[in-house]
Amino acid sequence: MKENNKKAKVDLVSKADHSLLTCTGEWSLHSITDAAKKLKTAIRQVPDQSRIILDISSVSELDSAGTILLLQFINAAERSMNEIDIVGANKKHQIMFKMYKDQIHDKPTKKRIDNILTRLLIKTGKTTLSSLNEVILFVAFLGESVTALLFYIRHPSSIRFGAIAKNIEEAGIRALPIVALTSFLIGVVIAYQSAVQLEKFGANIFIVDMIGISVTRELAPLITAIVVAGRSGSSYTAQIGVMKLTEEIDAMKTMGFNPFRFLVLPRMIALMIAMPLMIFLADIMGIAGGMLISKLQLNLSFSEFIQRLQNVVDTKHLWVGLIKGPVFAWLIATVGCFRGFQVSYNTESIGRYTTISVVNAIFLVIASDAIFSIIFTELGI
Amino acid sequence: MTKIVVKMENIVTRFGENLVHDDVSLSVREGEIYGLLGGSGSGKSTLLREMIMLLKPDSGSVTVLDTDVLNLSAREAETIRIKWGVLFQSGALYTSLTIAENIGIGLKEYTDIPVELRDDIVRAKISMVGLPEYAAGLYPSELSGGMVKRASLARALAMDPSILFLDEPTSGLDPVGAEAFDKLILALRDSLGFTVVMVTHDLDSIWTIVDRFCVLGDRKVIAEGILDDVMQIDHPVIHNFFKGNRGAIRSKAQYGK
Ligand SMILES: Nc1ncnc2c1ncn2[C@@H]1O[C@H](COP(=O)(O)OP(=O)(O)O)[C@@H](O)[C@H]1O
Ligand SMILES: [Mg+2]
Repeated sequence: MKENNKKAKVDLVSKADHSLLTCTGEWSLHSITDAAKKLKTAIRQVPDQSRIILDISSVSELDSAGTILLLQFINAAERSMNEIDIVGANKKHQIMFKMYKDQIHDKPTKKRIDNILTRLLIKTGKTTLSSLNEVILFVAFLGESVTALLFYIRHPSSIRFGAIAKNIEEAGIRALPIVALTSFLIGVVIAYQSAVQLEKFGANIFIVDMIGISVTRELAPLITAIVVAGRSGSSYTAQIGVMKLTEEIDAMKTMGFNPFRFLVLPRMIALMIAMPLMIFLADIMGIAGGMLISKLQLNLSFSEFIQRLQNVVDTKHLWVGLIKGPVFAWLIATVGCFRGFQVSYNTESIGRYTTISVVNAIFLVIASDAIFSIIFTELGI
Repeated sequence: MTKIVVKMENIVTRFGENLVHDDVSLSVREGEIYGLLGGSGSGKSTLLREMIMLLKPDSGSVTVLDTDVLNLSAREAETIRIKWGVLFQSGALYTSLTIAENIGIGLKEYTDIPVELRDDIVRAKISMVGLPEYAAGLYPSELSGGMVKRASLARALAMDPSILFLDEPTSGLDPVGAEAFDKLILALRDSLGFTVVMVTHDLDSIWTIVDRFCVLGDRKVIAEGILDDVMQIDHPVIHNFFKGNRGAIRSKAQYGK
């Protein structure tokens, strides 16, 4: 590291008719910080419209940073109507000055907005506008996917069955173990909590109604949707995002492959087919979890459980849960793909949009589930 | 004799079974523009990566600015790293930073100069490499290929390096852009006085700006020296390079053979 005596230094001496600034030391990037501060105060100390002599004859080394610093000072001095003379510049110094002189002139550095209130207002405005813009973009995206879907319906031969099958395997079949395990555990948790309460009232048998209805109507669809959003929604965003970064999407467009038909719809349709099936598995596993705990905790045998299940739990509950499947799937796939297309040409944005995509998808799933609840209740289903 | 700033001795590099360098030695003198030539896959980029500590050769020694770069502590490595600037083949700008931030990032991390000075240095470098002022606020994805090269040159120059390493600086540029870029490097070297080590295929660059160069081929250095000397050497690689269709036109124009 640099020793102290090599550091750039400035001395200001006020003479009768001028101020003399003597620069010494190494005026290079790593040793000019102090001199920069000193020059800033010097410009305030020197009276306006006076004469300044800048002596750089003992500057041992002068690099770009040093040169630019001196030029900044010279410009500032000239702005306050001083007459400034540079003495003692050797050949190397002159070359440096010449090189940077035209590049540094007048233009004052951009004003920073310091007022917190103003900054807050600006930020609020910008965020509002960009959120609004996003909503518009999302609606446009929905519109385009519907158009592509209509195209599919009019030209069934253009449906990409291969891609759909591949996506069903990727997003559906490969997700079965985790969906099964999660819903089994949820069944266990619910049964365990209810068992304790129901036992107090001696209403043991009602655990069947409780598990049967809550799992099929609400829990299985929600758990499946959350697992799928985390697994497939995020991967859709990342896949499409990377394709955008590597300009594959542009290549597809120029070759006449509509990205909606080739990328979005296969994923969307695949997920809409797979989701109800996954929910059905989740129903079975959730009930199985509940059944196991009922036996261990409440001594309710499997046959008793299943018999009661058949008697009291209407199949409509099952259908209510399954119907939600395609809707959740549609939301997850649309958000995942939409966010993927939003990835801009930098590496950071993939991570950002993947996160946003999952958060949005889970929110939309829960919000639409709430709407379903209201509708079904109003309809008396 | 002028000072040697980069010295590689008896370098051997192997990727698995693939022997890339077999006893390669070369030296770069202070203040010159030194070219690394050779066909595609002859190990030019690999050699450059060994000079800048991105890769360790299997054996041999690499000395840069009087420092043995193969045996350094982390601290020493940091000190020497800020003495050179590197321009990667693809530019390698940080995609999530603006051009101004890309150029200023070294200044921000390694020095404690005031912000206004940093902004001015960045602005000066931007105009020095011939980028328009508005480029400062743009992201790398918003620039053309030539502008990306210029921006990464500005980033490489931000800290006033003593050595500038360039990997195929003009590849991917149109001939006019390539010539302008060559002239820019030459002009900057003349005024700032740094040493340049550049990997290149570009015959025009060799004729116009390179002072001395070496030719890699058959895993070795086939020739090292100034153009006139290298041209005298009778070796198939040199023959192909300078007397193939594209080279011949230049050679004829220059030497009348
Ligand atoms: N990281 C690596 N792993 C394996 N082989 C490599 C690696 N980098 C380079 N090579 C091999 O080394 C040889 C020289 O590569 P390179 O230095 O990039 O050539 P060029 O002269 O075109 O720049 C090539 O055969 C290449 O396949
Ligand atoms: Mg290469």
